Amino acid sequence: MSLIDSISLPRSISLPRIDGLIQWIVPLAIIGIWQVASVTGFVPTRVLPAPSDVVLAGWKLLLSGELVRNIWVSFWRASIGFLIGGSIGFAFGLANGLSQLSARLTDTTLQMVRNVPHLALIPLVILWFGIDESAKLFLVALGVFFPIYLNTLHGIRTVDPQLIEMGRIYGMTDGELFRRVIFPGALPSIFVGIRFALGIMWLTLIVAETIAASSGLGYMAMQAREFMLIDVVVLSILIYALLGKLADSASRVLERLTLSWHPAFQKR
Amino acid sequence: MQTALRTSLPETELASRANFAPHARVVREERQDERRIQASGLPLSIRGLRKSFGDNEVLRGIDLHIPAGQFVAIVGKSGCGKSTLLRLIAGLEKIDAGSISFGQDIQPEDIRVMFQEPRLLPWARVLANVEVGLGRDRASTDAHARAEKALTEVGLADKREQWPSVLSGGQKQRVALGRALVSRPRVLAFDEPLGALDALTRISMQRLLERVWRDQGFTAILVTHDVSEAVALADRVLVIEEGRIAHDVTVNAARPRQRGSADLAGLEGSILSHLLSADDRT
Ligand SMILES: Nc1ncnc2c1ncn2[C@@H]1O[C@H](COP(=O)(O)OP(=O)(O)OP(=O)(O)O)[C@@H](O)[C@H]1O
Ligand SMILES: [Mg+2]
Repeated sequence: MSLIDSISLPRSISLPRIDGLIQWIVPLAIIGIWQVASVTGFVPTRVLPAPSDVVLAGWKLLLSGELVRNIWVSFWRASIGFLIGGSIGFAFGLANGLSQLSARLTDTTLQMVRNVPHLALIPLVILWFGIDESAKLFLVALGVFFPIYLNTLHGIRTVDPQLIEMGRIYGMTDGELFRRVIFPGALPSIFVGIRFALGIMWLTLIVAETIAASSGLGYMAMQAREFMLIDVVVLSILIYALLGKLADSASRVLERLTLSWHPAFQKR
Repeated sequence: MQTALRTSLPETELASRANFAPHARVVREERQDERRIQASGLPLSIRGLRKSFGDNEVLRGIDLHIPAGQFVAIVGKSGCGKSTLLRLIAGLEKIDAGSISFGQDIQPEDIRVMFQEPRLLPWARVLANVEVGLGRDRASTDAHARAEKALTEVGLADKREQWPSVLSGGQKQRVALGRALVSRPRVLAFDEPLGALDALTRISMQRLLERVWRDQGFTAILVTHDVSEAVALADRVLVIEEGRIAHDVTVNAARPRQRGSADLAGLEGSILSHLLSADDRT
């Protein structure tokens, strides 16, 4: 048995049903142990509520409609912020990857701004926008901008120059060259940026909602903390984790669909 | 295959057969066909061609005439400027001085290059990669059919829906050849197209190259490190030394050639000794 069995082995006999289940064994075991530890009093419920209590709290909030409303608000902020920051980052990445002039004009500036941790701007952002929606959107967009910008730029710059020359030899116009050679070549790197950005998106949102919000999951957690509702606090954290996982899975599915040519995605 | 046989029919035989009345019409058709195929290759005239990169004078006056449809091989030491010459012919670099002419106005589709790397788009299926070779005709209605035909010519019709990444090195190079052929080029330039292949694959690719060249009658310019490949395929072998054509060797052996036959081996030996003596002098 080799230790490194996750790499290659394209023809190994896979058992999809067991493969699908295998990843859930550890999380389920942890929940089981956690439940037992709480019920037996090994872990005091003041420190960590039992999973069953968390589920119960979730159920109550679901019935009152509060849970769905807060999730929806957070989800909305995350998506809009991501779209704004992502599109601007993508646009700058394209411009600076394709045009020397544009790169010389803006790249240094952007690289300098990148060195400011965007969460350090929270006090300033609150002064500018208050605890308005725009404050959260601004922070998420700013956080998402850089990974998308950097990876789009990197992806475009590292497209095989031999392929670009080939495209020119075969008479592709600039538009065709972009559509058929440059963009597909940059796509794997763009996806790396997207997945990075998704992580930053949730992180930014949690911090922003915890500090300056009157709705959303982070706000729900902070409210619960004031009333010592530890089960709701834990619930909010778990929902964040779940949303993060969902976003990541969605980007993976998209990646798998668009990069089906890539050898890494061809293990059928 | 038919056309290949017909083009190889010597002129004298056609003339003698023309005396027989029953054959006359057939012969006229063959002649027309012959002209069409002759027309598919372009002659190439190079005069006083020079090229430098900075202080590095790579080509110092190349004079060369290649008749239409000839198969020319170019050999020389590494770094002597073979690729540079090919890139100039293909219009991929700017000429410093001198001229390259094809005797008439040409379309971009008339000249194709094949490199050592197949340069296939990894994100396009094999057939789509071949379609790229159509150039401006890509959007035409028969693009698909033409690409399939080219793919059949290189023997990969059954791989049309594959991704390039699953093909072997030799298969990738055959797709690249199909892509170069699909626009029916009149000059085809090869820059060590078989350099990265193993010996057996090389030989079968050489046969394929020779076959398509005989079928289509384009002018072929092959840069190679392998002198035996040069004498096996070419009508004429050029040796480049110090930025000039130092030797121009005609290979008269009849086709199909017997690899390793005595006269080919003799030629190969003499070309190799040219190359090595140049090495000794420097
Ligand atoms: N784009 C370039 N910029 C600067 N120098 C170049 C460039 N292309 C080629 N050269 C130089 O020109 C010379 C000839 O290069 P070329 O690639 O034509 O050699 P070659 O005969 O094809 O060699 P090989 O057999 O190794 O492929 C080399 O000294 C190389 O360094
Ligand atoms: Mg070379």
